[in-house]
Amino acid sequence: MSSPPFLALLISMNPAISFEQVSRHFGTVKAVDEASFQVSDGAFFTMLGPSGSGKTTCLRMIAGFDLPTSGTIRVSGQEVTNLPPYGRDVNTVFQDYALFPHMTVAQNVEYGLMIRKVPKTERQKRVQEMLDLVHLPDVGSRKPNQLSGGQRQRIALARALINRPKILLLDEPLGALDLKLRQQMQIELKAIQQEVGITFVFVTHDQEEAMALSDQIAVFNQGKIEQIGSPHDLYEHPQTAFVANFVGTSNLISDDIAHKLTGERSTFSVRPEKMHILHEQTPIPANHYRLQGVVEDVVYLGIFTRFAVRTSEGLRLQVIDQNREAQDERRGDVVQIIWAKEALNKLAD
Amino acid sequence: MIRRFSTYLYNHPGVLLALLLGPPLGWMLMIYLGSLAALLFQSFYYLDGFTGQVVREFSFLTYRDLFSAAHMTIVLKTVVMALSVTIGSVLIAFPLAYYSVRYAGKRLKVLLYFAVLLPLWSSYIIRVYAWKLMLAKEGIVSWFFAQLGLSGVLEWLLSMPIVGGASLSVSNFGLFLVFTYIWLPYMILPIQASLERIPHSLLDASGDLGARPLQTFRRIVLPLALPGVVAGSIFTFSLTLGDYIIPSIIGDSTPFIGMAVYSYQGTAGNLPLAAAFTVLPMVMMVFYLLGARKAGAFDAL
Repeated sequence: MSSPPFLALLISMNPAISFEQVSRHFGTVKAVDEASFQVSDGAFFTMLGPSGSGKTTCLRMIAGFDLPTSGTIRVSGQEVTNLPPYGRDVNTVFQDYALFPHMTVAQNVEYGLMIRKVPKTERQKRVQEMLDLVHLPDVGSRKPNQLSGGQRQRIALARALINRPKILLLDEPLGALDLKLRQQMQIELKAIQQEVGITFVFVTHDQEEAMALSDQIAVFNQGKIEQIGSPHDLYEHPQTAFVANFVGTSNLISDDIAHKLTGERSTFSVRPEKMHILHEQTPIPANHYRLQGVVEDVVYLGIFTRFAVRTSEGLRLQVIDQNREAQDERRGDVVQIIWAKEALNKLAD
Repeated sequence: MIRRFSTYLYNHPGVLLALLLGPPLGWMLMIYLGSLAALLFQSFYYLDGFTGQVVREFSFLTYRDLFSAAHMTIVLKTVVMALSVTIGSVLIAFPLAYYSVRYAGKRLKVLLYFAVLLPLWSSYIIRVYAWKLMLAKEGIVSWFFAQLGLSGVLEWLLSMPIVGGASLSVSNFGLFLVFTYIWLPYMILPIQASLERIPHSLLDASGDLGARPLQTFRRIVLPLALPGVVAGSIFTFSLTLGDYIIPSIIGDSTPFIGMAVYSYQGTAGNLPLAAAFTVLPMVMMVFYLLGARKAGAFDAL
């Protein structure tokens, strides 16, 4: 998995962002509770979690819209904890785009440069570059309300990127778009990130989106970070029950069943697609665990079939089996559920 | 029967629309615009100086009379007062509205809202007379200045040529104060509404793009609140232009447009001139709105 840039990051001194024990309390509510993490330079970093998990508050603290109750935030090694938004080398794409309605698209994109008193000719040149980058070269003279949702999204991106920030923050930027447009924007977003080469910090509650885009994902739950890792890490080796079920779905094997199978008293998780259903009498292959149960539900979905099986221990398992010939398990059948030993993932809690 | 009638209406939405919209539209056209048209026609009649009768013939004689030096002094005085009152109202209303929208908590906001509306529920003549007493030579305002040892400041103000007078209650400055007090709610409410409509994310975005709070205020808040300011100024400006009660109670009782209209249509019986005096503020407002649109005041709408 490790590519040359990744090695370079190991050597580089300062991560793009570092959170040290950052908390943000609203009254008695701990919106963010002692979050610590680092984002390497040039990474596509995603903060994933359900609503109210603290991911947006973290983003707002990086931007400076919200200040931490305690802890330290650094951007490229420099402390920014209590700096106002205009003192940070960071730009944001807002969930509602936040385009200025009284300005044209070009004036919107130009705004950051105008504030910094960049000369007019250079401003115009860079505005055009940005509009080209987001594939909307001809909309400069329009007003934001004359654009479609997807176009506004791109203009918001252009307006943030024109300032050449060290870090671009994106607050659920694709949430308001329909599915097809969202998937198309995901591809473009990734392409743009690779083209401009800056660190992207992306907030979403959509785990599929997070998987598709990110180099690193931090999974938030109730103000705390549950786990940070690559999409592969999170899916293959979730450390907590929350991660195991928020990133994809998992069957949780409780500690007494696990004890019977492995001799170890701990909770484990297994992905439904790593389990297989066998007839009662079929011999099981080597290096596999086995449980016995009764099929409670069968949902045929074409590419695969989803089974719900109640084991003799009373555990309800979800099994996803690739479509194969002669799949004849039905409700009420007594079956064996098997999975390879390495598919069993030990949870930390 | 009723069922058949409603089915008929359901199938003929045009008839339903005509039934619902007919009466208010008729009212609007006949009573509202009709009387304005009558006013406009009146202003082109003229008063025969010998007989004292209105001559119902088209002529510009009345307008020639209107544009005479004596009448123009009245117009100029009224317009300057209306402008001052409008500017004064904006200066007081904007910070108040801004505070109430951006900083006040939920309960304080409701409280402020009521505080703004409360005066509108009492008779405005009572309040104007109350001000007359407060601004009088022995009134509470001069007493307050004396307590602060600032009587000199008040005297200096009253000694100024156009603004001042024997006491605040008979000075143009006093008149300005009362006008501003009376019309202030009409300025606060639209500004508040326009500020309320600015999403907070726009302010965040401006700061995010490097703008300091003052720059954000000038480039984002002010332009987006401008429609509210213009709406408020339409109220304060036109209400001051047309009012005849306040300047007859407060101030030096030199006539304002409203008072001129009142006296010409009444005792003088010069209805055409009164009409012409009324047309003038309307024309001014039209030009004001056109100017405001050209200046981009409605770009944010």
